[in-house]
Amino acid sequence: MKLHRIAALITRHLYLYKRSLPRVMEIFYWPFLDLVIWGFIMIYLMKFKGELSGAVTFFLGALILWDILFRAQQGITISFLEEIWSRNLMNLFASPLKPSEFLAATMAISIFKVAAVSIILVVAALTFFSYNVFIIGLWLLPFVLNLIVAGWVIGVMTTSLIMRFGQEAEVLAWGMVFLFQPISCVFYPIEVLPQWLQTIAWYNPAAHIFEGMRMVLNESGRPLLHLAWATALNVVYLTLMIGWFHYMFSVCKERGLLVRIGE
Amino acid sequence: MDAPIAEVRDLVKRFGDFTAVDGVSFEVRPGEILGLLGPNGAGKTTIIQMLLGVVTPTAGVIQMFGLDLARHRERILQQVNFSSTYISMPYALTVEENLRVVGKLYGLTDIPRRIDEVVKKLEMEEFRNKLTRKLSSGQLTRLTLAKAILTDPKLLFLDEPTASLDPDMAHKTRSLLKEVRRSAGMSIFYTSHNMREMEEMSDRIIFLQRGKIVAQGSVEAITRRYGQRDLEEVFLKIAREK
Ligand SMILES: Nc1ncnc2c1ncn2[C@@H]1O[C@H](COP(=O)(O)OP(=O)(O)O)[C@@H](O)[C@H]1O
Ligand SMILES: [Mg+2]
Repeated sequence: MKLHRIAALITRHLYLYKRSLPRVMEIFYWPFLDLVIWGFIMIYLMKFKGELSGAVTFFLGALILWDILFRAQQGITISFLEEIWSRNLMNLFASPLKPSEFLAATMAISIFKVAAVSIILVVAALTFFSYNVFIIGLWLLPFVLNLIVAGWVIGVMTTSLIMRFGQEAEVLAWGMVFLFQPISCVFYPIEVLPQWLQTIAWYNPAAHIFEGMRMVLNESGRPLLHLAWATALNVVYLTLMIGWFHYMFSVCKERGLLVRIGE
Repeated sequence: MDAPIAEVRDLVKRFGDFTAVDGVSFEVRPGEILGLLGPNGAGKTTIIQMLLGVVTPTAGVIQMFGLDLARHRERILQQVNFSSTYISMPYALTVEENLRVVGKLYGLTDIPRRIDEVVKKLEMEEFRNKLTRKLSSGQLTRLTLAKAILTDPKLLFLDEPTASLDPDMAHKTRSLLKEVRRSAGMSIFYTSHNMREMEEMSDRIIFLQRGKIVAQGSVEAITRRYGQRDLEEVFLKIAREK
């Protein structure tokens, strides 16, 4: 890997966001509206104090954390789509750039996006609803890192599909991640799922993160095991997905698809 | 004679059952403009895409600078570049920003100076700070040419570089390419289905038809061999024979 090539792609995206208001809005608009709606739902539910309140205080945090995963995924997929939209893919892949360097750059870009959106949401939650995400404490750091990686896994998967099936698969960039939401147990504990779905959910790193988060908030122990599972699953999945991306890349070169996407 | 810049042997590309390139062999010599001429669908673009490593050949060998493309992709691509009508550049960036990104991508040193040179050479001063989205098609063509020569390639691939230009711009572009070749000493591999353009530009020509080379040589040699007055007549003769 060559750093200057990764830096070149990052620069390209920074130029893009520097100038494009719609793109910047896209990062903040939806998460912010989500936050407002859930904030009011939370205020409403707070009226029924007692047993609910534990779950209720979790909502806004869960929302912010889910958005981290979503933005991490988008950071990868949208970066690839930007190259399709501007008919730039061939400029990149007929240069010395390697697919792994391309992925590394999109990952870096996704970290920028996640950082931007997190800051806004954390501040907004605090200002409007006096909600402080940091009640989760130091656990937040490993949780967030794992959510970012979980987002990358879905992002690399979606990107491979778009590369292979072309712009018709573009909707996956926004839709794919929601396929995983029910089994990520973002807003409810895993035990509400039917047994067979629970079994599947345990293979989803995000489910471990959100379960772990609930453990911390309910003060029912230290979520070390969940963290270990999430990390291990993430490492395995990300490795597999990067391998799959490279495989799809070579399939696309074989079939001459790489240079035809977007035509 | 100097060693060839690029050497292609028995190159084949099949898409499913369809053979787009069918056992093509040729070489590009140092400093020459080699024209690849053929009707639509002959396989010109596919050949260029294979030489740029974005389409994998079904069979055959591609060597550039004495290295095998399949094994030395990075080193080879560092020394070549391309332009064509079917690519563009990020619309939301200015011309200058786009060139800066390309400079970084190829790890150029002294990028601002290189950009100044190229902008001057291609007479791009007046739209250098314009958004790429707002360029006319002639300006966009100049930008993609600029990105191609910015990296000072030893071998430049051009796929129908003048196809979207009006006659005046096309003429200017051709003079420019000849000038670039002269001043930088690069080899150019050029496709077109425009015979006049080929006659004007190329030192040597490869005639491609349905994925096969049907004639190869200098314009004079080819026209003489086929007993015709110009390339167009040769082309028609060959096309009708088959
Ligand atoms: N990715 C692809 N899949 C299937 N067929 C292709 C693909 N790319 C090119 N072809 C076919 O190969 C032939 C040669 O195409 P091309 O190289 O673009 O020709 P030219 O550039 O000479 O007009 C055409 O018939 C085209 O339809
Ligand atoms: Mg073509």
